[in-house]
Amino acid sequence: MAEIKIVTEKCIGCKLCVSACPFSAIEVEEKKAVILDNCTLCGVCVSSCKFDAIDFQKDETQSTVDISSYNGVWVFAEQKDGVPNGVALELLGEGRKLADTLQSPLSAVLLGENVGETAKQLIAHGADNVYLVDHPSLKNFIDESYADIFAQLIETYKPEIVLLGATTYGRSLGPRVSSRISTGLTADCTKLEIDDERKILLQTRPAFGGNLMATIICPNHRPQMSTVRPKVMKAMEPDSSRLGNIITPNVKIPENLKTKVLEVVSTLTEMVNLTEADIIVSGGRGMGDPKNFALLEDLARVLGGAVGASRAAVDAGWIEYSHQVGQTGKTVGPKVYFACGISGAVQHLAGMSSSDTIIAINKNPDAPIFNIATFGIVGDVLQVIPALISEFKTQLG
Amino acid sequence: MNIIVCLKQVPATTEVKMNKETNTLIRENNESIINPFDTYAVEEGLCIKDEHGGKVTALSMGMPFVADLLKETIALGVDEGVLLSDRAFAGADTLATSYALSMGVKKLGQYDLIICGKQATDGDTAQVGPSLAEKLGIPHTTYVRKIEEIREGYIRCQRMTEDGYEVIEMPLPAIITVVKEINEPRLPSIKNMMRAKKAVVSILTAEDVGADIEKCGLKGSPTQVVQTFVPVHNVNSEMIEGEPEEQAKKLVEKLLSMHFEKAV
Ligand SMILES: Cc1cc2nc3c(=O)[nH]c(=O)nc-3n(C[C@H](O)[C@H](O)[C@H](O)COP(=O)(O)OP(=O)(O)OC[C@H]3O[C@@H](n4cnc5c(N)ncnc54)[C@H](O)[C@@H]3O)c2cc1C
Ligand SMILES: Nc1ncnc2c1ncn2[C@@H]1O[C@H](COP(=O)(O)O)[C@@H](O)[C@H]1O
Repeated sequence: MAEIKIVTEKCIGCKLCVSACPFSAIEVEEKKAVILDNCTLCGVCVSSCKFDAIDFQKDETQSTVDISSYNGVWVFAEQKDGVPNGVALELLGEGRKLADTLQSPLSAVLLGENVGETAKQLIAHGADNVYLVDHPSLKNFIDESYADIFAQLIETYKPEIVLLGATTYGRSLGPRVSSRISTGLTADCTKLEIDDERKILLQTRPAFGGNLMATIICPNHRPQMSTVRPKVMKAMEPDSSRLGNIITPNVKIPENLKTKVLEVVSTLTEMVNLTEADIIVSGGRGMGDPKNFALLEDLARVLGGAVGASRAAVDAGWIEYSHQVGQTGKTVGPKVYFACGISGAVQHLAGMSSSDTIIAINKNPDAPIFNIATFGIVGDVLQVIPALISEFKTQLG
Repeated sequence: MNIIVCLKQVPATTEVKMNKETNTLIRENNESIINPFDTYAVEEGLCIKDEHGGKVTALSMGMPFVADLLKETIALGVDEGVLLSDRAFAGADTLATSYALSMGVKKLGQYDLIICGKQATDGDTAQVGPSLAEKLGIPHTTYVRKIEEIREGYIRCQRMTEDGYEVIEMPLPAIITVVKEINEPRLPSIKNMMRAKKAVVSILTAEDVGADIEKCGLKGSPTQVVQTFVPVHNVNSEMIEGEPEEQAKKLVEKLLSMHFEKAV
């Protein structure tokens, strides 16, 4: 069985591993590290040791599949009413790079009703092939039927890599499919690379609310599956002259579905979807009063952005939970993120620290939000935001 | 109605600080708690029991000390705690975890609904719920923010989506994973606290639930962590000084010079 051992001759008792262990499962006794019973074999300590004093014996999981028979990179082309969502196009952009490195084809998997035109769009965005399953029962996303068809396709065509957006649907479909075909799935990745030597996928993702990054592999099972956070990868400029194949595979459409979607309701008060927005204006407790959120809406409107909030503002009842950004809210990655009257608690940062440019407005110069801000303004939100609105109006016309 | 709530033990805080010299984590608090999202799962189970009667069982896979966390749920009104604990389960990824849990669920016998949290705060994967549903061959709905109706053999609930919600109907048995919005967890009652004191949490090994060791723990986990590191936020923060109007002017200028108008 797998085990972690301290090589006592090499251990100098420096305690680096003690602080690295997320589970407090290492102690130093008489200048030597000791691994306690609550160790979960996560392996975090191994890379923390500067002295090679931690020996991690993994039992290599036996391959049950012939890995070499799997080929190609697949992207799940999530769409709504025929419009592919942003992350599907981003994944085609990223998938193109991975496929080129592996010298294998890039394919999109498109399920829906009347989505033939969408297939062409996916080719323009980089796909060599589109596996198109067009059927009235696929109009709405339903885990049961989508997972069943997706698994059939994987079993027939054997892709090497399968990528899905880390959206509500992607994070529900992904684990259902990977569990059915008993392969690994890495959640919410922010970076994908191909290992030069082994030609396997290196999947990097945040854990512990973004405080730690982990690189994960799936060496002995296929396909290697990941869900990928929206707004992290870059889509290609669409090129409508690109050529590709639209394949209508022979699948069995599941009948008599047990699950039914009775109603689809949109409740967003503004037009822009937070997770897809390029500009987000967020407010926290420092906004002082629910009526001051109107200022944020004004700024967002001028910039064509969306309004977000910290948990403190949501808990105070100033704005709906669907606007909450952070560990227990949404994860966003816009081009520009305004944090207005937000202190910058680690749980808030977990949801927005990957934004390209962060602007912090806070009256406390020591607020932690300034540590990650590209631009910081020490000042009162009630004075700075109106000034910003009028300045943007003047400059942008 | 027989309800199983799956809950996981997580470190009390994800607020790890970085030791800048050694690039490692400094953890200031070693306590373990019930994954915050799972407290909503427990509460929802109890609400259903309050209305329809039946039994709520809390199920966890973890270290022996997790039995104490299960007792905390008994103090809230849960009827029974069951802990899957075995060295063979260690190092499990979400596939191996859901396999072990599925064997535990089968051992428990007849059930109507399984409730999981939306995700666990240590790994934030949100994969165990759907993966467990697949292993049990039952339907699931993630991110449930409200149960509209539940009765023998049937549930209708609202799933939160990026821009609103959907109303979904499923036959029971089924799995739901719940978000924070669904309820406000209750506090323990004196009576239940007394009951919890005396309660014995059953601890089951891989063998007890008939799990195939090859599919458990590190062995049964297709994914492997090869490296971990503390992210560096490479930011050169620039503070913008002046009166509010000046600050606004300077900031807008800087943003526009960064081709910000492209985003607009
Ligand atoms: C398990 C868990 C999960 C959590 N999940 C989340 C999450 O998903 N998202 C989230 O945001 N939080 C989350 N939190 C809460 C988080 O820890 C913080 O409490 C929260 O983010 C604080 O919100 P805030 O910055 O708005 O409020 P505060 O921390 O109160 O900060 C208000 C800030 O406004 C400034 N200010 C006050 N008045 C003005 C003014 N007139 N002009 C300018 N600045 C002003 C103050 O200087 C201060 O910095 C979570 C906590 C826990 C324990
Ligand atoms: N070891 C475990 N024991 C019991 N339930 C678990 C365990 N791991 C995960 N879960 C359940 O699955 C949910 C999602 O966890 P995760 O996929 O780890 O984010 C949690 O909120 C729990 O309800």
